[in-house]
Amino acid sequence: MNEVLSGMNVNLSYPAITTERVNRFVLCTSGDSVKVYSTRTEEWLHSLQGHTNQVTGIALNPANHLQVYSCSADGTVKLWDFIDGILIKTFIIGYPLFAIYVSEKHEGIVFLHIAMDTDSKKEGFQLVAVHLPKSAEQEVEAKELSAVSSHISPNPSCTAFGREGQYIAFARNLQLNVYFFRKQKTYSFSLKATDKKGAKNAFTCIACHPTDDCIATGHEDGKIRLWRNFIHKKEYTYSTQHWHHNAVNTLCFTPEGTNLLSGGIESVLVQWQYGTGNRKEFLPRLGGSILHVSASSDGQLFCTSHSDNKITVIESSFKVCGVIQGLVKGDAVLTDLMIDPRSKALVLNGKPGHLQFYSLLRDKHLYNLDIVQQEYIYEAGLDQFEVVKAAFDIKGYWLATVEERGQKSADLEFFLKLWSYDERTQSFVLNTTITAAHTDRIISMCFSSSEETTMLVTIAEDGQFKAWCQGVDADTKQDQNFWSCDFVGSYHNLKPTNCSFSADSSLLAVSFQEVITIWSPDTWELLTTLCQPPGVIRDLCFGRLSCSKYLISTTTRNLLCCWNLLTCALEWSTSVEVSKLQSDPLSENVAAFSYQSKHTDLFVFKPNEPRPLFTHKNVCSEKIHRAVFVPREEPLNNCDESSQWLNRSQLYFLTQNMDLLTFSTATEEDRMLSSSTRLVIDDSVAVTPFYLLLGKHRQQQQKLNTPSHQAADRPQQPQGSVTITELLHTPAHVLPPASVLCSMFVSSLLISNTGVLQDPLRKEMESSEQEMNSEKEEEDSEGEMEACDSQQELRVQGSVDEVTPKLSKAQERELKRVRKTDFSWMAGLIASKP
Amino acid sequence: MASFKPTKVQFLPKLGEKVTEDTLYWKNYKSPVQIKEFGAVTKIDFSPLAPHNYAVTASTRIHVYGLHSQEPIRSFTRFRDTAYGGSFRGDGKLLVAGSEEGLIRLFDICGRVALRQFTGHSKAVHVTSFLSDGFRVVSGSDDLTCRVWDVPSAVELSSITEHTDYIRALAPSKLNPDLFVTGSYDHTVKVFDMRSGSSVMTMQHGHPVECVLLYPSEALLVSTGGRYVKIWDLLKGGQELVSLKNHHKTVTCACLSSVGNKLLTGSLDRHVKVYNSSYKVVHNFDCDASILSMAVAPDDEVVAVGMTNGVLSVRHRKHKKDKETLTSRRRRGPSYRVFVKGKNFVPRQDDFLVSKPVKQYLRKYDKQLKSFEVSKALDTALQMWTRTSKPEVTVAVIIELNRRGTLKNALAGRNEESLTKILNFLLKHIFDPRFSRPLLTVGDIVLDLYRQVLHQSPVVERQLQRLMEVLGREAELQQELLQVLGILDTLFASLTPRKEVLWEEHCPMSLNNHCVSVSSVSADVCRI
Repeated sequence: MNEVLSGMNVNLSYPAITTERVNRFVLCTSGDSVKVYSTRTEEWLHSLQGHTNQVTGIALNPANHLQVYSCSADGTVKLWDFIDGILIKTFIIGYPLFAIYVSEKHEGIVFLHIAMDTDSKKEGFQLVAVHLPKSAEQEVEAKELSAVSSHISPNPSCTAFGREGQYIAFARNLQLNVYFFRKQKTYSFSLKATDKKGAKNAFTCIACHPTDDCIATGHEDGKIRLWRNFIHKKEYTYSTQHWHHNAVNTLCFTPEGTNLLSGGIESVLVQWQYGTGNRKEFLPRLGGSILHVSASSDGQLFCTSHSDNKITVIESSFKVCGVIQGLVKGDAVLTDLMIDPRSKALVLNGKPGHLQFYSLLRDKHLYNLDIVQQEYIYEAGLDQFEVVKAAFDIKGYWLATVEERGQKSADLEFFLKLWSYDERTQSFVLNTTITAAHTDRIISMCFSSSEETTMLVTIAEDGQFKAWCQGVDADTKQDQNFWSCDFVGSYHNLKPTNCSFSADSSLLAVSFQEVITIWSPDTWELLTTLCQPPGVIRDLCFGRLSCSKYLISTTTRNLLCCWNLLTCALEWSTSVEVSKLQSDPLSENVAAFSYQSKHTDLFVFKPNEPRPLFTHKNVCSEKIHRAVFVPREEPLNNCDESSQWLNRSQLYFLTQNMDLLTFSTATEEDRMLSSSTRLVIDDSVAVTPFYLLLGKHRQQQQKLNTPSHQAADRPQQPQGSVTITELLHTPAHVLPPASVLCSMFVSSLLISNTGVLQDPLRKEMESSEQEMNSEKEEEDSEGEMEACDSQQELRVQGSVDEVTPKLSKAQERELKRVRKTDFSWMAGLIASKP
Repeated sequence: MASFKPTKVQFLPKLGEKVTEDTLYWKNYKSPVQIKEFGAVTKIDFSPLAPHNYAVTASTRIHVYGLHSQEPIRSFTRFRDTAYGGSFRGDGKLLVAGSEEGLIRLFDICGRVALRQFTGHSKAVHVTSFLSDGFRVVSGSDDLTCRVWDVPSAVELSSITEHTDYIRALAPSKLNPDLFVTGSYDHTVKVFDMRSGSSVMTMQHGHPVECVLLYPSEALLVSTGGRYVKIWDLLKGGQELVSLKNHHKTVTCACLSSVGNKLLTGSLDRHVKVYNSSYKVVHNFDCDASILSMAVAPDDEVVAVGMTNGVLSVRHRKHKKDKETLTSRRRRGPSYRVFVKGKNFVPRQDDFLVSKPVKQYLRKYDKQLKSFEVSKALDTALQMWTRTSKPEVTVAVIIELNRRGTLKNALAGRNEESLTKILNFLLKHIFDPRFSRPLLTVGDIVLDLYRQVLHQSPVVERQLQRLMEVLGREAELQQELLQVLGILDTLFASLTPRKEVLWEEHCPMSLNNHCVSVSSVSADVCRI
């Protein structure tokens, strides 16, 4: 089985951000790993992988600022060295964990949220303190649990440590509890259910002042309350401040306690000066609603994480200095998945009112294109313009978008916009806005696929389809090329459902309910109609290349039909419920996603034969409506029949809960693994001209390697590395003359016999293990540092054979043992050489 | 962090005629100067020489005006009866005019008394002109004759009686001194050659000919009569090129502009139409009364139009120079130094350049929208200058407020004065198809908000009454349009489906729902 279903880890789902060590790193949770980003370059450095379930929280180790605790729903707490990405320890708790808190005062203790019962429907959560046993072993079971409080809020931002860890504050609904560790007592304060004007008083988040006895709480109505004097149960006081108009999502004190940061749905970061009442600063329009704010330990940097999969790095002077953006996830992707023909980037809905361009190759967000060009108002329940349709022409020179507002209410507003690509700015520029393109909602649109003329066809619920052309207005004689309507067509006033151009755009197919009409775009003549009664046509697509005489249609009544356009007759049909039909622009293949009995199956077929080329049952459990074929940079030469369809392009699809999935072949899987164990540049090596020279040489060697030979294939040279580092680190003026060093240096570059002999064994062991331990990968990558060409390895292997007669008995025995081992892997290695 | 995005003002093109270079050229005239004459102005003729004075024949006088003067610089009043057809000689020194009594008088432009009098016509002479050699005068008369006179000796050289009705149009050839064209009420246009002494070409216009005109190349001939303007190709033996029917009353005069030879025609329907070289109407001047005569000065400096009510309307061309002097007088901008201040600084090599953040300049209403002051933003957008000269800005702010869901808040809590402003704006623009949609919502909200207190203010109540009338009229109009559409639909239904498709291309888009919403609002007003 070559195909592996792999998820794209591009979403920074649950945010818990920490900036640390001269503000160099931002850590955040992402699925079952923790990602480490650099604040300076905004680049993804590496991820801490090891958890088997969703990572729910991270906290820096207060005892060692280079270590981080992470807790996960798989019931373990792991301690990492996040700079090198090394797993130090695993503590097995045994219950799913939902949040983690640590305090400087409580060394060796972590506080965790766990579900109260195994029955998670009750949403009863418990705060427990866990003593982490001191043991040298890698995996330790921590069984020493002591409950601090039960019935706490499931929201992890509703718990916070107080001044120097003397107390812990947690809130649930309308009650604030403070637990004092010294007195071992819990004080609780509660608010009334409703205040005046029906405001909602429930707690949403908590932050404690680092040096003062003060607790800041955020509330659902947008108020922030500062609680003081809570050491005495009766005489507590609080002051209220109100700026947010919706719930306060997060609160955070700066490390000195001079400022309080708050954020909510308005996407405005508010900085309140502590102790001066109402003086505040704003940082508006940061992006999606703010979910989490954190400050670095020296107070120089702040981080906000947003609902649109973004982390903003903010200087203490309240200026944005960095943005880390993942694949933006809106509420729903309304546009199709598209590929920008120029940049080969994936294009879909991004920020509200924007289209995002996402490079799949680099797994990086490129940019957002502002379609709506209106100020976005962050307010719950407001009906805003949304980009609902978009289409690229074949060269990527034109982009058509439809934005819509008022889907729910009666008066629908929508605009059809056409954007042209500007070579100078390397971006799309608005060319034409059409205000009333149709009298009703636009259902679908497509560009003609010929190179010479571009034409856009839109179909709408008013029963018409319109062709738009770019033309020079003869009377005004303006040289700007605006788009105007060229043709309006309809068919018996039926509602159109889909449209498609043939590969050479000599035919336009528009489906009206049960009927497919074929038009000639040159003369606008209705050529023929095709109909296969039961069910309304859902999808239409023409075959490509050798199958361009076929037209495939799917209906709502579980029918997939293939029409031959030469004979105008039904070629074949099959009964299958297809939710999405997608054709590959580079090959004849067509992919059909079928949703049956609560899971989705994928069929890949060629239109000329009714037999599927490839079938994958149970791809996922949701319905799939968006899919796209992404052309590969260079076609693969895969001979395996079941994976041949992936040679030209790759299939990406989006599930209903916004996971972007793809199919990849086994070789790609290898490459992905190796890229994840990317080299961490060793900072300890000074950048000297010599180092650069050496580094360049090494890169050349690496280039010679074919991708199938990975880090594991390379021999290790521990002695050599020592000599080289010594050489590199000693200042030049204290070094002995180069003539003395030369022989030593050259000999250090030679590969010792034992090293080579050991290497295959070691590799053998590793391949038998099959599983790649992340720590070993780290070793491998170190090995890569001293990488040597595999050709060189072969040569050395030959030289070993030559010297065999001179070997001692012990060595001969060793050699025999080596020969017995399976060297079939070598065959593949040699075969793949050019 | 993105900056504030200002409100987008949509410029919707006005429906109707398209703006072309020709329209821009012909629009570039100042508002007309009106000069009152003693009777209907029957003939205007520009002097071909430099100051380009023009002779205006009206009643019993001929006035000569300077190009920019409103008072006559010279007048010839020695007519006993109505004077007709005063026209200059090619050197601009002599002037000839016919009269009701049949006498033809020749004047020196500097003198008062007629130099020569040509007697012989028995009836009124309506058209007179010099032939291009300057020594002969040709005249057409109601006695059906057309005579040529010798200027030095004041004798009749020849008399041609070929027309069977009054001769009311005459055009001498500028290239050949022996050729001239006459048009008559007998529906014919004739070309005469003095060398043969008879007509060489006859064209049937089909209506009484009011005016004939030769193109400078003299290959084309224009004749007007009835509602028709016809162009004839003389080189093809008088073949009809085009027949134009753009006026709805008799076309009385035609002339050519000197720039690009554009044809202008004036008619009793009070319009002057300008045609482009493919004979499409590109511009239209409206006048107060039926037009009898018209002339264009060389270089199109002046368009003079004479009317039946004795008013001479003179349009002068606008010049860029005038505009510049006007603006420079009005305000002197800051000097050049102000603009380049600090901008021409070139940093030296070791300087560390700290760039200043670019400040975003926002309009006042945008600033208020940015700080969520919705009522103030609406007030700003409804200021006098904005709402009169740029209604699209006001409407854009209203749309923006509606999008933000705060339009109701912005409209609420207003006093009589500001409510009047809003209602005035509605009255002016609610039936403009570009704005009607958002303004109807505004109307709805205003009615909802102030229903209880409307009766307390008579001003507001009166305005609402007017609004109701306006909307009622609009709804009626829409209904009629829909009826017409229905009629047309039935007509087209009988044609081929392909034609039907073509028709839909041109049909107004949102007529249906527009009408429905108009009637719903007017129903609302009625309830109150």
